[in-house]
Amino acid sequence: MRDSMFWFWHLMAAIVILIVLSIHFGVMHLEGILQMFGIMSAGDVRSYAEVLVRAKTVAYLVIYLLLMWFALYHGFYGLRSIIVEMSDKMSKAGEIVVGWSIFLFGLGLAIYGSYVIIAGFVLANA
Amino acid sequence: MKTVSLEKRTLPHRLGIGGWAYGGRYGLERYLFILHRIAGLSILLYFILHIFITGQKINGKQAWDAVMGSVGGTWFYIGEYLLFVAVAFHAMNGIRLILSEFGWILGKPKRPIYPYQSANMRIRVFTWIMMILAVIIMAVGGFDFFLMH
Amino acid sequence: MSGTTDSYKTNFTETKDIVFKIFRYEPDVNPKPHFDTFTVPVVKGWTVLDAVMYIKENLDSTVSYRASCRMGICGSCAMEINGKPRLACQTQVISELRSKEVVIKPLANYPVLRDVVPDLTPLIEKHADVRPYILRKDKKVEVNPKGELYQTPDQLEEYLQFSYCIKCGACLAACPVTGADVKFIGPQALTQSYRYSVDTRDDGFKLRLEVMDHSHGVWHCHFAGACSEACPKGVDPAFAIQLFKREITARKFGKEVEPARLARQPADVKRRENIPYAPEKTVKQ
Repeated sequence: MRDSMFWFWHLMAAIVILIVLSIHFGVMHLEGILQMFGIMSAGDVRSYAEVLVRAKTVAYLVIYLLLMWFALYHGFYGLRSIIVEMSDKMSKAGEIVVGWSIFLFGLGLAIYGSYVIIAGFVLANA
Repeated sequence: MKTVSLEKRTLPHRLGIGGWAYGGRYGLERYLFILHRIAGLSILLYFILHIFITGQKINGKQAWDAVMGSVGGTWFYIGEYLLFVAVAFHAMNGIRLILSEFGWILGKPKRPIYPYQSANMRIRVFTWIMMILAVIIMAVGGFDFFLMH
Repeated sequence: MSGTTDSYKTNFTETKDIVFKIFRYEPDVNPKPHFDTFTVPVVKGWTVLDAVMYIKENLDSTVSYRASCRMGICGSCAMEINGKPRLACQTQVISELRSKEVVIKPLANYPVLRDVVPDLTPLIEKHADVRPYILRKDKKVEVNPKGELYQTPDQLEEYLQFSYCIKCGACLAACPVTGADVKFIGPQALTQSYRYSVDTRDDGFKLRLEVMDHSHGVWHCHFAGACSEACPKGVDPAFAIQLFKREITARKFGKEVEPARLARQPADVKRRENIPYAPEKTVKQ
């Protein structure tokens, strides 16, 4: 029975996301306030130049990878949970199909996302 | 002569998914449950789009500016703030859930002596503190979103 | 008929007219569910069950409900009263509900047999699924132990609160997940599963885990807390389920628990004289 471990990692992922997403949101959405206190250098955080500056550092590489992997896991576990609860007439086989489809979709997104993050890192450092 | 069948003729009476939204006069937590789900699903939907949209950064400045331009309208900006609100709520409620689902803040079992106090009521103050924190985060975010730009 | 009413009135001078809206479903007469309205002169101190009994005795004898002990022990009279599952026999009409209209519906999430009588089969089946009794590896100890099993008062407190369940079924009516997912084990069975799993005399944790740890198992409790709010005995199912999650996780990460030992019979003691022996058993084992 693996559901206990799925659930355990769902909660562990939540803790990781909590830390990493706070950084991401602080930088992306509270930048006005942070700049006011001089914590961040001024500039439009969405401009391409700023994106490359962030993509250059190893810290951001790690932050983005961690955030993406754990958020994908956390989100898709939650989605599976909700689907399973909503469709109690589904057979065991149907549940397995839903579980694997969600897993493969998430895996595809994770591979694409990792490629983007790593390619961005290489591009910015080139 | 009228005969009576012994077969059970029952009336289905399940609340179903509608019961998530409203099931009766329950306390705060039952409604936090459905809000947590709605917030979570919206964040997931945004997150999938977010991966594809920010993925454009590897295609150079032009592609980036083009895609940023297409999602730069007022409505998108308001949508982004709503996402911020959803994340603030989901995170603060999530902290409460993690701490209670591992049973860390719920205390020990007590003999049920009237008036009963459930574990949920024992931490009700904490629940409210987390909700107030969420509102403060939303307010700070709103200040940054709408007044500093 | 009027005699009963009058005797009520002479014994208790003050009555208050309260409107009762009762859910009706009579498959043999009228398969369409509807509400019937009755006005009941309620005396201070009456419970909802008293008022429903009054309706059956004086106003409409076809109203069906289930009740037995009238004192919150048997768990028969759980029904949805003013939007919340409660025991009718423990709900004061005037001092507790504080409204001029009382709406009575059958418990949600169960099929309705008739009027406010729910079919509690799902509750009983789920309860049986979790094996709510002491399990031991050694079947001799389980079936016919030759002595007592050790348990300290502290170990008793671990599960005592959860053993007050009267199987009224109110928690399943309150649970939002049970409403959507019939396969979900539900708060009552999960609580009983925890109650036996942390009992030091029990050794059936792994067996029960098969019923708990799957895609419709304990992980679908999201701590909405409605079950604990509805529980008329203060059993607090939501609390038990969270503790159960912690216990399962701890055991997954290697926590080992030894079941309690059998107390040995004292060997070198002599029976004092003049103490009479217990009478012979009437039923031979």
